[in-house]
Amino acid sequence: MFEIRLHSRGGQGGVTAAKLIAYAAFLDGKYATATPLYGAERRGAPVVSFIRIDDEPIRIYSQIRNPDLVIVLDESIMQLVDVLNGIKPEGKVFINSQGGTEVEGHQTYPVDLTSISLSLDLVLAGNPILNTPLIGAIAKMGIISQDSAKQVIAETFRDERNVEAALRAYEELKI
Amino acid sequence: MLTFGTGNKAVAMAVRDAKPVVVAAYPITPQTEIVEEIANFVTEGSLAARYIPVESEHSSMAACIGAAATGVRTFTATSSHGLVYMCEMMHMSAGARLPIVMANANRALGPGWNIGAEHSDSISMRDTGWLQVYVSTVQEAYDATLMAFRIAEHTDVLLPVMINLDGFLLTHITQTFETVEPGDFIPPIATPHAIDINNPGGYGTLTPGNTHFKFRHDIERGMQASIPVIVETEAEFSRRFGREYHLYEEYRCEDADVVIIAMGTLGKEMEVAVDILREEGTRAGAIRMRWFRPFITPELNGKDVVVIDRDYSFGYGGVLAGELQAKSGCQPFSVIAGLGGQEVTYDDIAEFVRIRRPGTEHWFGVDD
Amino acid sequence: MHGVASALHAEPNQYFIIIHVKYLKKRLDTMAIPDEEFLLKTTSACAGCPSSLILRYVTKAAGADTVLVIPACCTSVIQGVYPTTAMNLPVYNVAFASAAAVASGMSEAFRAEGKKTNVICYAGDGGTIDIGIQALSGALERGTDFLYICYDNEAYSNTGMQRSGATPLGAVTTTTPGGKKDHKKDLDAIVAAHNPVYQATACAAYPQDLYNKVEKALSIPGPKFMHILAPCPPGWRFPSEKTVEMGKLAVKAGLWVLYERENGKLTITGASKAAMKKRIPVEDYLSVQGRFRKITAEETAEVQKTVEDTIARLQREVDGIC
Repeated sequence: MFEIRLHSRGGQGGVTAAKLIAYAAFLDGKYATATPLYGAERRGAPVVSFIRIDDEPIRIYSQIRNPDLVIVLDESIMQLVDVLNGIKPEGKVFINSQGGTEVEGHQTYPVDLTSISLSLDLVLAGNPILNTPLIGAIAKMGIISQDSAKQVIAETFRDERNVEAALRAYEELKI
Repeated sequence: MLTFGTGNKAVAMAVRDAKPVVVAAYPITPQTEIVEEIANFVTEGSLAARYIPVESEHSSMAACIGAAATGVRTFTATSSHGLVYMCEMMHMSAGARLPIVMANANRALGPGWNIGAEHSDSISMRDTGWLQVYVSTVQEAYDATLMAFRIAEHTDVLLPVMINLDGFLLTHITQTFETVEPGDFIPPIATPHAIDINNPGGYGTLTPGNTHFKFRHDIERGMQASIPVIVETEAEFSRRFGREYHLYEEYRCEDADVVIIAMGTLGKEMEVAVDILREEGTRAGAIRMRWFRPFITPELNGKDVVVIDRDYSFGYGGVLAGELQAKSGCQPFSVIAGLGGQEVTYDDIAEFVRIRRPGTEHWFGVDD
Repeated sequence: MHGVASALHAEPNQYFIIIHVKYLKKRLDTMAIPDEEFLLKTTSACAGCPSSLILRYVTKAAGADTVLVIPACCTSVIQGVYPTTAMNLPVYNVAFASAAAVASGMSEAFRAEGKKTNVICYAGDGGTIDIGIQALSGALERGTDFLYICYDNEAYSNTGMQRSGATPLGAVTTTTPGGKKDHKKDLDAIVAAHNPVYQATACAAYPQDLYNKVEKALSIPGPKFMHILAPCPPGWRFPSEKTVEMGKLAVKAGLWVLYERENGKLTITGASKAAMKKRIPVEDYLSVQGRFRKITAEETAEVQKTVEDTIARLQREVDGIC
């Protein structure tokens, strides 16, 4: 089982991003679940979502304590939340980062999703759309296939710029 | 059709496929997505139902009662405070023998405000005459909702059915599930006591002590008659659509020395605990109770029993543990865990088995 | 039971015996009320019961294609005991707070099936003004095609006369043994705020006016509301044969105004047209009822002032000033 913990802020689309990643895995023929961890929902507050991907049906509903991958959609959260808590020794970290932040001891993948969205004017209710470039980046990491990533974006977003955002993130993420 | 969505969405899609005529709706976290999805189906035209936006849960059940009384198929959804607010109408609907179907997103009751999963809301409706089924996957939420209409409307039963799904844990998780074309799996509703203008009668008139008990006894007859109807419905569902369900689900029980018993999502996660315990050399098994009313007593055959209650009856104990003890004579290790969405993992469940002391109660997080 | 029969039949007879050219039109209208009975003579109502008198005319106006939705109230008892019923219509007895919501579901279901069946809530003042007001407000707001009738005997009469929100100032009830210190809730203003397609008041003492209004209400699709004064002999403490007389006194004193409001336009009807101009003192009404035995002179004056204010307000509405 591959377990992903996604950290974001309320309003950034983290919950939707988790669903879209799980949906892409479903399209790949895998079993997948996405679960948001709800507290009092407030725009700007730290939010956690969990994604599980497996070849067998998933029977677990509790939170992910030992993620294989941690996704951080807002770098500033790292000052408030121990995003690496419980991460597996070989666990990887994806950070939406403008400064190429690296995490010591873990393979880190920094991509500036925010700038990609802003350069394409992909803004929803004042927030840059981070879902679609994230999916492109996750596809580059090999967690979901390129075809499924494209299909998820096509089914979910009408605006062609979302495909462009995913492609740019795909290009920018260095393996 | 294979699809991907939340537990709430699966319930809404099953309702769409069951084609009710009237849906009464009042929002409450965490079931709101169900009535939102149904509103979308009605607006886009994929469900030709009357959608009644009521002003309270008391009224949502009242509106279902009024509609069902005319002999049409009805649905509503609720949770937590909404369910206990409609408590009076729970008794009225079952007493009137109306086959209403309702989804309940299991959620804690205040104070303090808590929107996490807990079974205390539906458990407190135990004695209303409603059938209660607890589901553990998004697929089961869809399937059980479809089957609920067929079971409720069966003329041997004519009692309302509540589908219970753990708030957030199941209502908000996204999983793969498959929808079906129900066809005639749910026969046309034919409520024998529907209001008939050409044959006027009084419904629910003054009923004195020399007759009232007969109506109460009839409810119990319907409840008992529901057991073969449930078995038959689940068998027919399996025959048509390929997915098997039973009154309760056993996991690795055949040679088990100890069984864990729970309802809802814990009843699924505990399978992982069983696997861990088996690797350690403990012959563990699991029984997931699906139907709480009618209460189906599982075969325990002298095994050690660990019961996890996501509920509590103050001054008494865990309700599931108590009922199992009363019906089967077992001496369960009664664990109270998961109240208000308290995090309970498969490791925690395995630990409950390791520390079990039959005949005692253990509050997870208190007695550790 | 003899008392019930006399109360049910006294009022129309009063019309029939006055044969005069001046009253010919009125008489012809009265004769238009059908003979068919839906409330049979086997009711278990109190002697002189206004609620059954009202229900008799309501059901005559509504006809056979009608379902009554009845929350806990006197009519729960009046209709009889299982397995018999005094109602020759389907009657759905429902929980106290739920009548209007049940009617919503019922009406939607009938309309979905292409049926025009009248759905009428027949509820007391407690079930309307107090515990049922939330459901009533919701049903009116969401445009339910039904007629809600509140028959108002100004207390929880079914349980032995406890105070309700409809109990008037100064009235003694079992829970206001010293007389009520608060005013009657203005239900009609609350209903009017929902802009129903049709709203009317009526009184058990004027069955023709009542009949006409029910008939008109049921001819209009959408939410309709009627508030009907029901002078209750045991509750108000007056002799059983004076039900009609008490209703007439209420109207003549201006304490109860007969009107209808159709699409927002107010029309004063029947005996209240005269009462808008000239009224008997409220004392003439209060003094003949045992429930007002403890009313003070100040309270009586306050009741009189309320009447004058209400009449003035209604007159302004008729004149199109407000």
